[in-house]
Amino acid sequence: MNTVAVMKRIIQQFLRDKRSIALLVIAPMLVLTLIWLVLDGDSYHPKIGVADIPEPIQQQLQKELEKDIVEITEGEAKEAFEDGELDAFITFQNLEPSILIEGSDHTANREVVKHVQAALQSVQGNSNKVEPNIEFYYGSENLNVFDQVGAVLIGFFVFFFVFIIGGISFLRERTQGTLEKLLSTPIKRWEIVTGYLLGFGLFTIIQALIIVSFAIYVLDIWMAGEFWQLLIVTFLLAITALTLATLLSAFANNEFQIMQFIPIVIIPQVFFSGIFNLETLAEWIQILSKFMPLTYGANAMQEIMIKGKGIGDVWLDLLVLFGFAVVFYILNIIALKKHRRL
Amino acid sequence: MSSMVKVNGLAHSFGREDVLKEIDLTVSRGEIFGLLGPSGAGKTTLVKMIVGILEPDEGGIFIGDEKVPSLDLMRSIGYMAQSDALYQELSAKENLDFLASIYGLNKQERKEAIHDVLQIVNLQDHKNKIVNQFSGGMKRRLSLAASLMHKPNLLILDEPTVGIDPVLRQSIWEELTKLKENGMTILVTTHVMDEAEKCDRLAMLRDGYVIACDTPEKLKENKQVESLEGAFLAYGGRNL
Ligand SMILES: Nc1ncnc2c1ncn2[C@@H]1O[C@H](COP(=O)(O)OP(=O)(O)OP(=O)(O)O)[C@@H](O)[C@H]1O
Ligand SMILES: [Mg+2]
Repeated sequence: MNTVAVMKRIIQQFLRDKRSIALLVIAPMLVLTLIWLVLDGDSYHPKIGVADIPEPIQQQLQKELEKDIVEITEGEAKEAFEDGELDAFITFQNLEPSILIEGSDHTANREVVKHVQAALQSVQGNSNKVEPNIEFYYGSENLNVFDQVGAVLIGFFVFFFVFIIGGISFLRERTQGTLEKLLSTPIKRWEIVTGYLLGFGLFTIIQALIIVSFAIYVLDIWMAGEFWQLLIVTFLLAITALTLATLLSAFANNEFQIMQFIPIVIIPQVFFSGIFNLETLAEWIQILSKFMPLTYGANAMQEIMIKGKGIGDVWLDLLVLFGFAVVFYILNIIALKKHRRL
Repeated sequence: MSSMVKVNGLAHSFGREDVLKEIDLTVSRGEIFGLLGPSGAGKTTLVKMIVGILEPDEGGIFIGDEKVPSLDLMRSIGYMAQSDALYQELSAKENLDFLASIYGLNKQERKEAIHDVLQIVNLQDHKNKIVNQFSGGMKRRLSLAASLMHKPNLLILDEPTVGIDPVLRQSIWEELTKLKENGMTILVTTHVMDEAEKCDRLAMLRDGYVIACDTPEKLKENKQVESLEGAFLAYGGRNL
């Protein structure tokens, strides 16, 4: 009953604060759109050099790219790579297409592979598919980086904005004295924490719904899995962010100090949760990433969005995420002991 | 008269600063008890301990027969903090309604209680106004209203009339007297002498010690002074 009263109050309060609602929902959409604009400019037409490739394929490629293809030697192509004037070089070795990709720009990489594969397919038909042999001039970049980043970013922005808003509103409860007032009433500590969780939980469900729909239907992010399953992961991540935020706000004395948690608690999670390939990093960083909720949330989202997996495949990630939320929830109740023993 | 609040050997320090030292006090049932002391004397610290939201390093507090803190006790205590604890985004009515539901009042009781307490503090006309549009004095009155809603047996007010004009202050004290006559025990902190005069009994607090505790008349009589201010100085308090 008390929990419901707290929940109702949070909802009333939050509905009066239109700007914070906007921050929760519109800000992530805005930032995602900006990143999408930068990373997903689909009008990019790669510059491709060729040598000794069959005439029909060359013609088809030309049609695909709406652009002229230059005939050059491998040596010239590499020179052009150095100058950053060419995106890929295609030859045929033993009747098999071979692509050498410049490799420093994900958008170009993706476009090259997309166009070459389309050209090959339309010439050869579906019957005897010949997979091109792809090599990279600069390193061996993972071609899926863009889509990988998209999944992690949704998770990150949900986490980030819920953290900020949850943390600051719980902090204000302390600084404006209403928490103390509430603790002078017969309400139990767990009722306060649960009320907060439910009140804000409602908004995070709405937030997850809007942002995930926006990313998938408007930004057209690669989405192989089920919509509602992604929603569950997003929501779980938001709840973890909320419980962590209210917990940490007990250690902040003002809004500015909440902001100070961002570089310490939030930013490292972005770096170590899957935007960059962790396997190549030092072991201690890999271990550290195991203690970060976003690692599990982002991984589950990638599995669902990119590989089309389901809840059944990522249940372990979800369980860990849930575990984080439960631990933070309990710590929240204990942290309130600082104000009242009972 | 039986005792309502009993404070035994209370001591507390924040870090190295000893804020309260060996406080012994008894508040009787059905009286208005004043806690008079200069800024920093430890009044707020002491009343928070009585409410149960701050734990003393030493000593204990009993309200009735029950030891503080206790959730049961909190049901029958009304507390108004020194700084207004109100939800700025909500209206006066919504603030009160929330607290009333925490105290377990049902819908009808809440409606009546809100009406009654707004009447006491003369805020009926501003019932639906959002609190961040309230003036300082209005917020103070709303805080007072919020502490009265569940008809507590013990009302603890931390400088309730700061920022309230003399006319309204007068009427609030009349209301407090009425509440007392209906059996409520009231503990109030103040620096204002004419308010202290209105208390049935008074404890003078200085530097964490109770330097005197009696009725205002006796305090003056004992030191043969005209005013409470004089009595406070005579008992060893420096300027208020
Ligand atoms: N949370 C705290 N941490 C550290 N010191 C504190 C804390 N709260 C109060 N103090 C110190 O305790 C002393 C007594 O404070 P208290 O608030 O009880 O005074 P007060 O009598 O209510 O004063 P005022 O009339 O100004 O409200 C002060 O010296 C204050 O600095
Ligand atoms: Mg005070």
